[in-house]
Amino acid sequence: MAEQDKKTKSAGDIGDIYEEVHVVNVGGETIHAKRVSGRFRRYKDLVWVFWFSYLILPFLRIGGEQVVLFDIPARQFHFFGATIYPQDIWMLTFALILLAMMLFGITAIAGRIFCGFFCFQTVWTDWFVWIEEKIEGSPLQRRKLDKAPWNSEKITKRGIKYAIWSLISLVTGISFAAYFMDSYELLEDLVTFDAHIAAWVTLLSFFLGTFILAGFMREQVCFWLCPYARIQSVMVDRDSIIPSYDIPRGEPRGRLKKGVDNEQKGDCVDCNQCVAVCPTGVDIRQSALQEGCIMCGLCVDACDKVMEKIDKPKGLIRYASDNEIQGQVQPPLMRRPRVLIYLAISLASILAIVFGLASIPPLEMHVVHERQPLYVKMSDGSIQNSYTIKILNKLPEPLDVKVTVNGVEGANIIGLPDILTLQSAKVIPYTIRIRAKQDDMAAERVPVYFKVEALNDPTINEEHESFFAGPAR
Amino acid sequence: MAENNQNKTPDTGHEWDGIRELTNPPPRWWNIAFIMSFVWLVAYIIIYPSIPLVNDYTKGVMGWSALQEYKDAVAKNDAVRAPYIAKLEKMSAEEILGDQEMKNFADSYTKALFGDRCASCHGSNGQGVDDMFPVLNDDDWLYGGTLQDITDTIADGRLGFMSAFQGQLDEAELGQLADFVLNVSSGKATQAGWDAYNNAGCSGCHAEDATGNKWVGAPNLTDSIWRFGGSRDEVLHTIKFGVNQDGVEGTRSGVMPGFSEVLSANDIKLLTVRVWSLGGGQTE
Ligand code: SF4
Ligand code: SF4
Repeated sequence: MAEQDKKTKSAGDIGDIYEEVHVVNVGGETIHAKRVSGRFRRYKDLVWVFWFSYLILPFLRIGGEQVVLFDIPARQFHFFGATIYPQDIWMLTFALILLAMMLFGITAIAGRIFCGFFCFQTVWTDWFVWIEEKIEGSPLQRRKLDKAPWNSEKITKRGIKYAIWSLISLVTGISFAAYFMDSYELLEDLVTFDAHIAAWVTLLSFFLGTFILAGFMREQVCFWLCPYARIQSVMVDRDSIIPSYDIPRGEPRGRLKKGVDNEQKGDCVDCNQCVAVCPTGVDIRQSALQEGCIMCGLCVDACDKVMEKIDKPKGLIRYASDNEIQGQVQPPLMRRPRVLIYLAISLASILAIVFGLASIPPLEMHVVHERQPLYVKMSDGSIQNSYTIKILNKLPEPLDVKVTVNGVEGANIIGLPDILTLQSAKVIPYTIRIRAKQDDMAAERVPVYFKVEALNDPTINEEHESFFAGPAR
Repeated sequence: MAENNQNKTPDTGHEWDGIRELTNPPPRWWNIAFIMSFVWLVAYIIIYPSIPLVNDYTKGVMGWSALQEYKDAVAKNDAVRAPYIAKLEKMSAEEILGDQEMKNFADSYTKALFGDRCASCHGSNGQGVDDMFPVLNDDDWLYGGTLQDITDTIADGRLGFMSAFQGQLDEAELGQLADFVLNVSSGKATQAGWDAYNNAGCSGCHAEDATGNKWVGAPNLTDSIWRFGGSRDEVLHTIKFGVNQDGVEGTRSGVMPGFSEVLSANDIKLLTVRVWSLGGGQTE
């Protein structure tokens, strides 16, 4: 980047550099960006579909079951028909690793494309601005309205705007809360002011969060609050494809004038359209990869339009890597170690999740050996060990099982009914004992294997290893 | 944008070595947070106890206090437990043992009780103390292991008794008895041993077949569990000095206090359930 900066800068004094490098919009003035149509605008709008489905998802049911429900009090996660218990939550680790790697990978490939297109901060802000434009008009009119005194016109316009914003914020909050409880019950409870305090707190924080973050803080969230915005720079390299201004082609820039030899100039006609459309107030021509740039591609759209009008090839501003702009060769995607490493980790995570989902056991058993005393000598000279056994039935209906143990000759379980009926998702711990002759033990401490097996279906089973201890010898 | 960065940024007029102190305002979000923290402070003072006075402190409009919160939490917990406790009170020991869920509740309920009253001698899980206090996890019971026996033991306590044979018998006879006791435990007792056993009057308490007598707390000598240690020296010592013999130096001590006056009948019942299920409870 340093080389590029040098090229764009006229040799000035030190003060010049200071002023130019620190062009940072600190939110002193609201940015009113122009909305232009174009390729990247369309991509952005497509992402709305994803977020609309986020709003609707908790209200969908299949066969009377909420499709996605994080039932925290019951410690069950329902996800498209699969029920995940806390015991299987290790899969969440891989899901999070996968998401992180996808984010890192996409950043290495195409910079902050997540920020520009996908991030809820960007998307919600986009909705809010869209509504703002519908009500208050073009950026010019909005700027005027900002400065205007609070007359009846301003009050009406602002009132309507805030009302619609509030509605979106409310829906956002309700939808979020609905992931954690029966969604229709929640709606009912909210209407009758009967909802749980947790629901109200969630709702209020999401309402305020959405309203303030998307309505007022907007790009400032990306500047000051978002950690990803701060760490993304370490993932971008010279091969990352990011919105860039083609400096050699564009400079020296200058306004088109009739009767002047425009051939001497670069392709940039200095119309400032790229700055006008930027939602974060960046001038992409200063350099690519600026602190404020969320890489949304809107300036690409804007510039392409201008180029079309003046009959020049498109792409003065385009998604391009630093290497490409500098005229160097871009290595193929699959030759970049970063991309490969991120891809490998992602694939490993996917494998782990698939394996996990495919092998969720219907039964889960835990056996804890009593530590004090490790063993008890009985009056007939045999050795007795105590264990606490917990069996979880993850099937939706009760299950009859039997528990057996092997590992020590003649050992059998005392204190457990022959046929144990396990209620669904309910765990009752049992204290059980195993008794064996010391002569049958191969060592002071031998492994034993507990096995639980469904009576009607022996394929439903689960094993757990523990140990059987006797006196020192 | 650009307005923030003109060369003519106003300054305070202070300058050190060419470095001007600018009057850039702090970011707006910072200002908001700064003001909000004052609003928060005032709200906090109004709502919560905060300002210390000479003998007292401001209580806050909600009357919240950490102590009250703790008490409420305890009360809430008690309310959850209450129906279980009431149910336990109505159930007999047998019924509790037959209902795994109630038994688990009784176990957690009596954990502290057992810790307070029993664990100091019998160990936190009934493992006893070698050769000093009896193990509760095994199936050998001095005074019987049925629910009724255990209840009696806890309620009224027990006082062990065994005569000291030092002086009544000579060394050879004492040694012969000790050997007999060791042998009978492993099933190898000789006829001479049995004769010595009967002649010394041991069978009066330990029974003719040496299996003990739960009515006087005489241990079963034929099993492999030892009340005061199973080495020849320890056995000989027990025979010589007896148990709980007044004025006999070196006598063994075997005293269990009664709890009927300090514990309710219900607590004794629940402790009985716990002790019974520790490892070797007997049915009638
Ligand atoms: S400079 Fe261009 S890509 Fe970057 S945020 Fe502004 S409009 Fe989007
Ligand atoms: S939109 Fe294109 S032509 Fe217009 S100022 Fe920006 S870079 Fe130059």
